[in-house]
Amino acid sequence: MSQATVQVRLLDLAHTRSGDKGDTANCGVIALRPEWYPLLARELTAARVQAHFGALISGDVERFELPNLNALNFLLHGALDGGGTLSLKTDAQGKVVSTAMLRLMLTVPADEAATLGLPMQHPSPDSSIP
Amino acid sequence: MTRTIRVASGQGFWGDSLEAPRQQVEGGPIDYLMLDYLAEVTMSILQKQKERDPAMGYARDFIGAIESVLPAIVERGVKVIANAGGVNPVACAEALIRAIAKAGHAGAVKVGVVTGDDLLPRLDELLASGHELKNMDTGAPLSTVRDRVLSANAYIGSTPIVEALQRGAQIVVTGRSTDTALTMAPLRHEFGWAADAWNQLAAGIVAGHILECGAQSSGGNCLHDWRNIPDLATVGYPIAEVEADGSFVITKHPGTGGRVSVPGVTEQLVYEMGDPHAYITPDVVADFTSIRVAPDGENRVRVHGITGGPATPFLKVSIAYRAGYKAVGSLVYSWPDALEKAQRADAIMRERLDRLGLTFEQVLSEFVGATATHGHLAGNGHEAPEVQYRIGVRGEDRASVERFTREIAPLVLNGPPSVTGFAGGRPKVEEVIAYWPALIDKRVVTTQVEVLS
Repeated sequence: MSQATVQVRLLDLAHTRSGDKGDTANCGVIALRPEWYPLLARELTAARVQAHFGALISGDVERFELPNLNALNFLLHGALDGGGTLSLKTDAQGKVVSTAMLRLMLTVPADEAATLGLPMQHPSPDSSIP
Repeated sequence: MTRTIRVASGQGFWGDSLEAPRQQVEGGPIDYLMLDYLAEVTMSILQKQKERDPAMGYARDFIGAIESVLPAIVERGVKVIANAGGVNPVACAEALIRAIAKAGHAGAVKVGVVTGDDLLPRLDELLASGHELKNMDTGAPLSTVRDRVLSANAYIGSTPIVEALQRGAQIVVTGRSTDTALTMAPLRHEFGWAADAWNQLAAGIVAGHILECGAQSSGGNCLHDWRNIPDLATVGYPIAEVEADGSFVITKHPGTGGRVSVPGVTEQLVYEMGDPHAYITPDVVADFTSIRVAPDGENRVRVHGITGGPATPFLKVSIAYRAGYKAVGSLVYSWPDALEKAQRADAIMRERLDRLGLTFEQVLSEFVGATATHGHLAGNGHEAPEVQYRIGVRGEDRASVERFTREIAPLVLNGPPSVTGFAGGRPKVEEVIAYWPALIDKRVVTTQVEVLS
C-alpha cells in the first residue's frame, strides 16, 4: 500500500532568522500559520536539517522546540568557517543561513497537504512513498 | 490605572543610525532611552584606540547622540542607559560632562558610571589563583594565548545600573554590561523587582532581547512579508511599554515607518538563540518557551507569560586576542560562463600562491552570485550574468598575507577573460582580533558605581 505525496518547499511554510555564536549558526524557523507548526515539528528533524546542509557544516545539528512561538530553533555547529573575525566567509555571522534553510523540501502526504491548505505543492519525483 | 514604563531603543550596535536616538526622544513620550553600542569585537577595537590614546576607548558616537537629545531630556527628565563606555567608561563620562557643560546644562544632569567589568589589569592574578578562563567552545585554557590578549571584560548585569539610578543619575554609562541589562535596570529601578522575582526579571530580559538590536524588531531585516513593510526609510525604532507584573507591549512612535507585528517580533525572539529553555544572563535564567506573543492593535504586540529561574554562579567573560592577519580580494567575471571563468581564475591563483611558497592557516574561495552563501544548495550558477570571485587568506605571517594581496590584480591581464570590478585596488591587510568566550566565578568580579555632575 503506498500513499500519494507532494513536495513542499520550506519557503512556503515558514519564515526564518539566523545569527551566530562563535562557530555555530542558529536558525529559528517560524511556521507561517500556527496550524502548520505540528507538521514542521514532525518533519523538520535535526537529521533532516543535517542532511540538507551536508558539507556546508562540519559539526552536528541540535534542535529545540518552541511551540509557544510556533517555532523551532536549530543550532548548526561548525557552520561558519571558524566564526567571528577568524572566518573568511562572506556570511561569517550566519546572517543568511536562514535563507539556505528555506530551500529545504519536505515530503508530505497529499491528503494532509490538502487538509492543511499547504501552498505551492510540487509532486514528489516518484509521487509516492511506500 | 496601571503604571507603565516606556523604554525606547535608540541604537542596536556601534555604527547604527545617528538619527535614531533623537527620533526616539522627540517622537513621543518615553521614560528611558537605551543605547547598545557593544558587540563582541567592539571591545578589542576600543582597547586598541585606548592604547594609542589613554583618553579614548569608548564609543564617541554616544557623545553626539546625547548632544542631539540634551535639551529634550533635560526638559522632560528622560533617562539614558548606554554601554558606550567600552573599555574606558570613566573617560566617556568625563567627555559627556564636558559636552553637557558646553551645551549650557552644567550641573543639571547627573552622570552615573559603572566600572569593574575590565579584567585585563587583573588577568595574571586571576590565572595565578586558579581561574583558567577556559575557552567555552574549545576547552583550551587561556594561558595558551595569554601573551596575545588585548582585552578581557566580564559581562555584568543590571544591579550596578540600578544603583546608579537610585543615586539620582539621569544618564548611566557602563562598560561591558550585557545588552539586556540596559533595559532591565530601569524596570528594576521603577518597579522595585526583588533580586529573586525570577518571572519579572525574565520578562525584563525578554524585553531587553527584543530592544537590543534596534529596528530589527520593528520591521528592519524582517523576512516575513518584507515587500509590504512600509517606509523603512523612516523606520521607527522599538519601544517597550512595561507593566509592574513584567508583561509588556512592543510598539513604536506614531507616524514612523516600519512595522511592529507578531511575526517580526518572533523573528527577533529567535535571533542568536541557543537553548530556549535557558537564556542565561547575570540576573536570571529566562525560559523563552514560556513567552506568549499576541497582536494588540496596529503596530502593537503584547508579550506576556514569561517565566525564569535563578541565575548561575558565573559571569561570561569576553576576551579578545591577536590572531594573525588576513586579507580578502575580489574580481568580477561576466557572462558567458561567468562561474567557470571565476573557477579557472581560482585554480590559477592557488597554483601561483603555491609556487611562491606562501602558506596560510586558511585560504577560502567563494563565488558570489553562484555559491558563496548557499553552497551546493544554490544549484547551477552557470547562467549567472556575473560572478564575483572572492578569495581570502589568513595566517600568522603578515608578509605572506601582504604578498598574497599583490596576486589579485595581475589576473586581470594574465588570467581568464571577461573580468572587471577591480577598481578598489589591492586588498588591505587586517590584523585579526579573535574572540575567546569564558566563564568566571561571579564572586571575583566587583563593580563600582560613581555619580558625577
